[in-house]
Amino acid sequence: MYTILKKERLNDLVDFMRIDAPMVARNAKPGHFIILRVDADGERIPLTIAGHDATSVDIIYQKMGYSTERLGQKEVGDSVEDFVGPLGQAAHIRDKKSVIGVAGGVGAAPLLPQMKAYKEKGAYVRVIIGAKNKDLLILKSQYEAFVDELYITTDDGSLGEKGMVTAPLERLLKETAADHVVAIGPVMMMKFAAQTAKTYGRSVDVSLNPIMIDGTGMCGNCRVTVDGKTRFACIDGPDFDGADVDFDGLMKRQAYYSLEEHTCKIKLGYHGE
Amino acid sequence: MANKKQPRMKVAEQPPLTRIDNFLEVALGYSYEEAKIEALRCIDCKTPRCVQACPVGVKIPEFIKYLLEGALDSAFETIYEDNILPSICGRVCPQESQCEGACIMCIKHEPINIGALERFVGDYGREHNLAQSEINAETGRKVAIVGSGPAGLANAAALRKKGHDVTIFEALHEYGGVLTYGIPEFRLPKSIVKDEIDNLKTMGVKLMKNVIVGKSITIEQLKEEGYEAIFVGSGAGLPSALNIPGENYNGVYFANEFLTRVNLMRSQDFPSSATPIKIGSKVGVVGGGNVAMDAARTAKRIGADEVMIIYRRDMDNLPARREEVAHAMAEGITMNVLHNPVEIYGENYEVTSVKCEKMTLGEKDASGRRRPVPTGEFETFDLDNLIVAIGQKPNPILKSSTPDLKTHDWGGIITDETHQTSMNGVFAGGDAVSGAATVILAMGAGKEAAEHMDHYLKTR
Ligand SMILES: Cc1cc2nc3c(=O)[nH]c(=O)nc-3n(C[C@H](O)[C@H](O)[C@H](O)COP(=O)(O)OP(=O)(O)OC[C@H]3O[C@@H](n4cnc5c(N)ncnc54)[C@H](O)[C@@H]3O)c2cc1C
Ligand SMILES: Cc1cc2nc3c(=O)[nH]c(=O)nc-3n(C[C@H](O)[C@H](O)[C@H](O)COP(=O)(O)OP(=O)(O)OC[C@H]3O[C@@H](n4cnc5c(N)ncnc54)[C@H](O)[C@@H]3O)c2cc1C
Ligand code: SF4
Ligand code: SF4
Ligand code: FES
Repeated sequence: MYTILKKERLNDLVDFMRIDAPMVARNAKPGHFIILRVDADGERIPLTIAGHDATSVDIIYQKMGYSTERLGQKEVGDSVEDFVGPLGQAAHIRDKKSVIGVAGGVGAAPLLPQMKAYKEKGAYVRVIIGAKNKDLLILKSQYEAFVDELYITTDDGSLGEKGMVTAPLERLLKETAADHVVAIGPVMMMKFAAQTAKTYGRSVDVSLNPIMIDGTGMCGNCRVTVDGKTRFACIDGPDFDGADVDFDGLMKRQAYYSLEEHTCKIKLGYHGE
Repeated sequence: MANKKQPRMKVAEQPPLTRIDNFLEVALGYSYEEAKIEALRCIDCKTPRCVQACPVGVKIPEFIKYLLEGALDSAFETIYEDNILPSICGRVCPQESQCEGACIMCIKHEPINIGALERFVGDYGREHNLAQSEINAETGRKVAIVGSGPAGLANAAALRKKGHDVTIFEALHEYGGVLTYGIPEFRLPKSIVKDEIDNLKTMGVKLMKNVIVGKSITIEQLKEEGYEAIFVGSGAGLPSALNIPGENYNGVYFANEFLTRVNLMRSQDFPSSATPIKIGSKVGVVGGGNVAMDAARTAKRIGADEVMIIYRRDMDNLPARREEVAHAMAEGITMNVLHNPVEIYGENYEVTSVKCEKMTLGEKDASGRRRPVPTGEFETFDLDNLIVAIGQKPNPILKSSTPDLKTHDWGGIITDETHQTSMNGVFAGGDAVSGAATVILAMGAGKEAAEHMDHYLKTR
């Protein structure tokens, strides 16, 4: 049984959960993810490991559709049907003196352990987190606790700079000697962040989030095109060199089941949109 | 008295037009009367060729004799000594290239339908709970098994019988390996697989799902936890790609994804099961093996109007079980042989057609089959989905986390004659060692490895 030990609402859309899963916790590292099924007829959905101790694993999820909404209905003491991991390659923490972490929306969750790892390795760490508005921004205080510089952008200007994360990113790339960028968030955001980093001649890592099923390299659902070659995000990734990723293809593949995902939402009592 | 002139007893089937709308079993199996009529055709050979051709040496004439005598319990026990999964093997073994292919009756008549007889006896045994095995005194020695496919299941049963403390670790959320996520319900009802797993539980085998050995726990960590011997039956799950342009378009599935969505995630019940699947009107399936036939027939059942197999050799060289090819054709699936896909076209990142090069057969290749040779002529087919079923390689996860585990270039785990790998106390068998093969070979390897593991445990 994978019991929910702790649950916190981070904002209207995003929850934090701590789940009892010793078999996942044991070997977990930054960059790893898990796959869970909320209940017996549930879908397998991947979520990044946001933190862990010896026997439990933290996840931070945005309620996007059927499965994440169902997960959000669970409370402390309930359990989820299946919870497997750690999956994927651990994040490759490079030898860099100065890095810029860029996160959009819930991407702030997977970015956090990676930035901590860079900090521990002695890098100068700047982080830019972006959100739609101030209420949807997550993990601000956790970042403030350790980063060297924190920048915030919101689409509506309700907190920090108004606009997208790419504006401060471009500025920092122009004005500082930061030698590496890590971007995690919506594909569109990662695409622009990767382009910007490339324009300024900096290396960039991104974390890809295609649709997955098994997470063990068996189904091929998670394939992405990187540097013209097909890679499986669940075993070769999820982190890849952002300079070479076919982001447009990834966006199309993510949207393949949008109609069916909508059908699933109706099951939860959603109408309209 | 054997009756040579009697033709092979037909197995009742769901009619094609009915079955393409459901997932119920296609072949309905023999009644006891029918089984006896078929069994009468066996001439009880002195040196039975059928037994030699069965990878695990099922004592075929012996169980057939019991069946004729009405001693069904003994018939079951006879098979069970060599094969713990008769209900499954009777249904899915490629009998034409194994037991039945060697049956003496092939020479002048038709072979005995050994598969259907084995299925009948196996089902009788399941219904009457005959698969009760005696468990030797507990030895207290801990054994870990990686993967719950036929190799792992057979290994577990054999080692448990010897009294060892056996735990199976399975990566997925259901047990059975390909029997569960690959082979469709209409060929192998999942209730049978479940029965076999329950049987193991009754014997005292422990099963843990959602554990990926190499990730959740490494081989070294298993050893630290006191597992003295380890069996790797992790299968050949990694799908091979065509490596042609357009392969990542939406609507192009690898067969594993397609079959997993249906068999494991039950997407045919969407939205009551939460995992969707999309199938258009025209579907192409690349490949000629069991996986390709299963994908094609599944596509038909979930709503495709036209399904076409695209295969680069000819009809005689289709590697699928002959029965599956016949069933597929009866279900209206067309066989586009001597065609090899070279490019997939799409619009808005979704497949619209596939361009194939026409092939002809040339000299024999290393596999002893005539090599497909390109002709320079092309043909393009309009399609809504393309399913790629051209083979699988051993799963790389364990290898990448276990550098000491030696593998061939193509990924297969290297073992010695005792099924031991390059690591002391770590044994392996099934598709993980041989590459994609068959249920009975995987089972046989699991069982044989168990003998050596038992010896290893006793002498170490
Ligand atoms: C490696 C990885 C790590 C991830 N980490 C996080 C995380 O830490 N926090 C978080 O909130 N989200 C994360 N995601 C995304 C998360 O998996 C999806 O939001 C979730 O599956 C949506 O499911 P749903 O049923 O709620 O929504 P749906 O309405 O079904 O889908 C919403 C969107 O999610 C994507 N999606 C749907 N099903 C799947 C699936 N089976 N696998 C992957 N994506 C799918 C689709 O692109 C779809 O457009 C991660 C994804 C990957 C691949
Ligand atoms: C669609 C399809 C149809 C087929 N039809 C036939 C047929 O008609 N007749 C026939 O004889 N054969 C058929 N085969 C082949 C046959 O199913 C396989 O040869 C056989 O299942 C191999 O058994 P195995 O135990 O070696 O591996 P598998 O059945 O592949 O089982 C391996 C198991 O190990 C698990 N695993 C993998 N890695 C790990 C890990 N690191 N940790 C924990 N668990 C792990 C996997 O999830 C899986 O459950 C078919 C195969 C497919 C795909
Ligand atoms: S196990 Fe397979 S090959 Fe052996 S007798 Fe049974 S059906 Fe034939
Ligand atoms: S070879 Fe055929 S006829 Fe002879 S014992 Fe075997 S099944 Fe019977
Ligand atoms: S999720 Fe199935 S291969 Fe990656």
